[in-house]
Amino acid sequence: MIEVKNVSYSYDSGNEVLHDISFTAGKGERIGLIGANGAGKSTLMKAMLGLIPFSGAIRLFGTEVRKDTLSEIRSRTGYVLQNSDHQMFMPKVYDDMMFAPRNYGLSEEETEQRIDRVLKQLNIEDLKYRYNHKISGGEKKMASIAVILVMEPELIIMDEPTASLDPRNRRKVINAVNSLDAGRIITSHDLDMIRETCDRVILLNEGRIEADGKAPEILSDKELLERCGLELPLSMQ
Amino acid sequence: MDRIDRAVNDLREMDELASGDSPVHHFSALAKLTVTVVYILTAVSFSPYDASGLLMMVFYPLMIFQITGIPFRTYLYKMRFVLPLVLFVGLFNPLFDRRVMLVLGGLKITGGMISMFTLMIKGMFCLSASFLLAATVRIDDLCAALRKIHMPDMIVTLLLLTYRYVSVLLDEASIMNEAYHLRAPGQKGIHVSAWGSFFGQLLLRSFDRAQELYESMRLRGYRGEFPYARAEKEKGRDFLYAAGWILFFVLCRYVNIPVLLGRLFVR
Repeated sequence: MIEVKNVSYSYDSGNEVLHDISFTAGKGERIGLIGANGAGKSTLMKAMLGLIPFSGAIRLFGTEVRKDTLSEIRSRTGYVLQNSDHQMFMPKVYDDMMFAPRNYGLSEEETEQRIDRVLKQLNIEDLKYRYNHKISGGEKKMASIAVILVMEPELIIMDEPTASLDPRNRRKVINAVNSLDAGRIITSHDLDMIRETCDRVILLNEGRIEADGKAPEILSDKELLERCGLELPLSMQ
Repeated sequence: MDRIDRAVNDLREMDELASGDSPVHHFSALAKLTVTVVYILTAVSFSPYDASGLLMMVFYPLMIFQITGIPFRTYLYKMRFVLPLVLFVGLFNPLFDRRVMLVLGGLKITGGMISMFTLMIKGMFCLSASFLLAATVRIDDLCAALRKIHMPDMIVTLLLLTYRYVSVLLDEASIMNEAYHLRAPGQKGIHVSAWGSFFGQLLLRSFDRAQELYESMRLRGYRGEFPYARAEKEKGRDFLYAAGWILFFVLCRYVNIPVLLGRLFVR
């Protein structure tokens, strides 16, 4: 489902952020993309979604990420931004959930059904008609997940989904993520969360893949993690 | 509460008012837009000396305030900066037009006085009609209505995104203002020496945020045209609503109802 081949990306200043990144992933794989700040995690995700130009090739669902294929790729991919305030731009949760389906021409009836189904799945039916500026950070994060689920994406990409959340809301998000069938790529510094939600981990360090393997193996390798500016998950310390 | 926070709240309050559930809110945006435009055009077209005829036009805003339950003081509060300007418009008329038009209990009412009063009332009416439109129609629905009457997409999208961008800008300004005052206790406003960096940073931060919002929109299928709600087609009641009010405005414009009523009692 995901094929990333020799992907590199540099800023205009020449500073290389991604260097020759290659990996593949099958349908439904649950991947944790970890690394210290500035390792290139967010840049790689943006490249996968065609938000930045890159060298190399990326194929999602067998389709190469190119300007003319972005619409198809984006309709099958959901991206949850780290900051929900930057993702939710409509007055109400409901309006935000309507945005993508309307863009892709889904019928109002079908969208309504999907919205109700997603809100029920995430157990946040009460948020449907709430104003985005009147809900808490945790509720907003759940709503931002709901917003992308309404398109029933085959691949979900999440940027730091548990950042700034209290333990209860963090648990809610983890449970919500684990209830999803779609394949996923999650970037986070919350390695305990990665341990609970992903089977495979790709460790980035200074724009290169330092390790790629099973989550329990990489997340328990203290030396490797420390070399890349990380620490063992708290639950393993 | 800080001024910027108040501005953010004002904006959001308008969104909340527009999402109300009164009977007026349920009429189509196009019907309300049409009524508002006709109302403003009619009010403006009254002669500067036809104060009594114009007064009947107050019936529309009064009815809408009553039906929607929108407090009149909310209107006064939100229009607090514009209302004085409107009232200022005709202030000099009494100096230029001193023809005596009416004597009331020995008091000479000049043409300038009447035209000043009429101008002020016209301004008030137009403002209240615009406010009521904004308070009963969500911006998305309004934009959808504008598209229906073939307003160019670029203008409508610009209107919508500007409206959204203002709140982004104010949000960022509010965060920066808070951070500034936490490190400048007791200081009123932002010191002149910090204006340059403050506004520069504000611009950069709001650009960044707008960029993220734009990316979020693109990732959800945005391709330059905003997906307005596929509003239901106008129903019979929408036509009745619009036709009813337009008929009333035309009646007010061509028949001086207060004079007519007065004649019933005074021969």
